[in-house]
Amino acid sequence: MTKLEFLDSLSEGLSGLPREIQEESLEFYNEMIDDRIEEGLSEEQAVAAVGDVESIVSRIVADVPLSSLVKEKIKPKKHLAVWEIVLLCIGAPLWVPLLIVALALALTVYAVIWVVDVVLWAVFASLAGVSLGGTVLGVLYIVMGSVLGGIALLGAAILCAGLAIFAFFGCSEATKGIAHLSARCVLKAKKRFAGRKEASHA
Amino acid sequence: MDAQLKRGLLDVCVLAAIKNEESYGYKIIKDMKPYLDMSESTLYTILKRLELSDMLTVHTAEHGGRLRKYYRITPKGVHRIEEFKEEWREVMSIYQFVIKEEEKHDEA
Repeated sequence: MTKLEFLDSLSEGLSGLPREIQEESLEFYNEMIDDRIEEGLSEEQAVAAVGDVESIVSRIVADVPLSSLVKEKIKPKKHLAVWEIVLLCIGAPLWVPLLIVALALALTVYAVIWVVDVVLWAVFASLAGVSLGGTVLGVLYIVMGSVLGGIALLGAAILCAGLAIFAFFGCSEATKGIAHLSARCVLKAKKRFAGRKEASHA
Repeated sequence: MDAQLKRGLLDVCVLAAIKNEESYGYKIIKDMKPYLDMSESTLYTILKRLELSDMLTVHTAEHGGRLRKYYRITPKGVHRIEEFKEEWREVMSIYQFVIKEEEKHDEA
């Protein structure tokens, strides 16, 4: 790949980002390639040494806040004509609710995923609570003379404690998994905003 | 390694690379090479972050008929390195304790 081809595809990948970030990144990689060529590498080798465009784009996009990506995306490329503004106003009763629904839907999906996590931890908490309560009650039963009942309660408490330990590991894995998943979703959403071509094969 | 910890360490690495004299992207990568392999994309995000947090300043100068960006450390950046050295002394003594306890366990 030549330097020009590399910079072209990088520019394509970053096309949805604010102009300032695009220019800065291109300048940086341009300089990196030039410095390597100056050191004696061929153009092809120098381009290969700076890494592949896909991962460079991911890296840059990951550091740009989602809000500025969205702002860049909805910023009109030219001033709106009067008829476009009129059309936007007339269409508002339709597109505003649709937009709100879309946002609410995205938020709901996100919330539901975390609710699953909360429920899992609630299961853990109730198991732990029951085992604690069972132990105290079991001891009380035995002290008060009802040995058989006490032993049964203690047994149940130990069973719950065992289950709680299992649940704890399951829950912490689930929390980690969900955090990882949501970080990936955010990156994916950002990449969708970042570049037109990028979005099609991301 | 914990991502947050690694990020902090790499920030200090880049600051150290420009501490004695201002430097440019490729030279920073070359200077760090004997100690760690840093990719361009990693360096780029670190330089950006350090610039935003006022730990370094950037200026452009001509070099061989083209422009090159040079990075210079600020007093805040120097202070960060000093802070890091102080923090690391603590980490090293914890590390030594961990190793010592492990050796004790192995001997037992």
